[in-house]
Amino acid sequence: MIERDQVLHVAKLARLRLSDAEVERMAGELSGILDHVDRIAKLELDEVEPTSHVVALENVLRADEPRPSWPKDAVLEQAPDPAEGAFRVPSPQAE
Amino acid sequence: MGELLELSVAQAVARIEAGEVSRGEYFAAWRQAAAGDELNAYLWRAEEGGEGEGALGGIPVAVKDLFCTDGVETTAGSRILEGHRPLYTATAVRKLAEAGASVLGKTNMDEFAMGSSNENSAYGPVLNPWDRERVPGGSSGGSAAVVGGRLAPCAIGTDTGGSIRQPAALCGIVGLKPTYGAISRYGMIAFASSLDQCGPLTRDVTDAALLLAAMQGRDPCDSTSVGIEGGVEAPRREDLAGLRFAVPAELAHDAIEPGVREVFEATLKRIEELGGEIAEAPLPHAEHGISAYYVIAPAEASSNLARYDGVRYGIRKGEAGDLIEMYETTRAEGFGEEVKRRIMLGTYALSSGYYEAYYGRAQKVRTKIAEDYAAAFARFDFVVTPTSPSVAFRLGEKTDDPLAMYMNDFFTVPMSLAGIPAISIPAGLATPNGGGPELPVGFQIAAPAFAEQRLLDAAYALERAIGFEARPGDGAGG
Repeated sequence: MIERDQVLHVAKLARLRLSDAEVERMAGELSGILDHVDRIAKLELDEVEPTSHVVALENVLRADEPRPSWPKDAVLEQAPDPAEGAFRVPSPQAE
Repeated sequence: MGELLELSVAQAVARIEAGEVSRGEYFAAWRQAAAGDELNAYLWRAEEGGEGEGALGGIPVAVKDLFCTDGVETTAGSRILEGHRPLYTATAVRKLAEAGASVLGKTNMDEFAMGSSNENSAYGPVLNPWDRERVPGGSSGGSAAVVGGRLAPCAIGTDTGGSIRQPAALCGIVGLKPTYGAISRYGMIAFASSLDQCGPLTRDVTDAALLLAAMQGRDPCDSTSVGIEGGVEAPRREDLAGLRFAVPAELAHDAIEPGVREVFEATLKRIEELGGEIAEAPLPHAEHGISAYYVIAPAEASSNLARYDGVRYGIRKGEAGDLIEMYETTRAEGFGEEVKRRIMLGTYALSSGYYEAYYGRAQKVRTKIAEDYAAAFARFDFVVTPTSPSVAFRLGEKTDDPLAMYMNDFFTVPMSLAGIPAISIPAGLATPNGGGPELPVGFQIAAPAFAEQRLLDAAYALERAIGFEARPGDGAGG
């Protein structure tokens, strides 16, 4: 069972602000989903190697050749608040 | 005009090449059909196109809004990317263009491809062309609806746990999820990177092969792409003699609708009539696919979606506060319910103290599922199941029960975890539980990694034997 405090902790890790109603609902829904997921807790998996990726590839390399980047202006055009050739953000410290 | 829309992609290419159909006329016919979209399937439509030459010369393609298209708004169905115009085009779309195709429109989808009903789009749900009170499936719901509803000759989508195959089944069309690595993921907005794969949604198997042939291949921009050795050719096989089809012994899944089961069993008989052999094979871990998938996919998503922070692209909210407040407000207002749920689930599964119990174990279950398939493919050529446990369900029917929604993916998730290719072809019609007009049922065939040609050949033979010709009674495009 996921408690309200855990929901708030995870939301903080994920940088998500949830309303009180969302916290309530999320606690119930996550508990329901994890109850189902917990079926895999019963499987014997001690000797099993984990799979993180299905294609047997490692260290795919390419030649280290310089090439042009995206034009800076075009990239900044997509940003909510470009300023002086950079991405402007609110101050990390509260006033 | 109407008869141009009846042509399959392969037929249209041939007619255009022979000079019997003009490119301009063909494109105009589809542009007009797309303009009549009453299914909320398109988010953007092209004004011009159809000029290209090649294997897909003159063919308009509907593209899921998950694929970046240079200068054309690409939102992935999310409010957080509203107004976003990418600087580049996804490799899959670029390769289609190089083969002569052009983008007809961008299609609606579940936000960031998270969903099985298309009800999670920030831009409203897509309606099923067979019954507008029902869902088209998801997450490539728009791409499936435009092909099923004759609003596009063909489409592409992405499949992470069934997002091409399930909507294809629910809309009565063909949907192929290729082997992981067959097509480049470059320019596909990431959901779960170890599972996401692009593929075609088409009217028939031949068209699926045509699109796959154009899109597959290694791409230096996606180091996990390897392509299909020897390429892909038009399928030709006429029988299934000597081929062995496995039905998972654990298929006694009590949630399969009786109508779906009937069509599935009738299709098994057709396989035997075509000379194929059918036998049960154990796939004991497939039933744990949902558990493993709904840990692994959200875990990867929680990491991939960290980039949406209101700094570099998309929307920004809560600017009056400090940086953290801006992040949290942007994400709270930019993401929909299901995306938040998956970010929470994934963050929880990766958080300190739970990582081994959830993420670690899920990755081991993934290994067991892949081993089950490897064992089955040592004795069989294919594994077959229904694509979806039910026909298209009603809008709103499952939105209050996330787990019930996730169970739609019961038959499609295991192949995604194993990275193997699978195709859904329309196999017949069935009455939904609770009654109502008959709706399409999909039949799913899975093959070993990179055995796409064999898979398409078998699907083609079966498609011909089934002869599915039903279409939405209430024509969506008029």
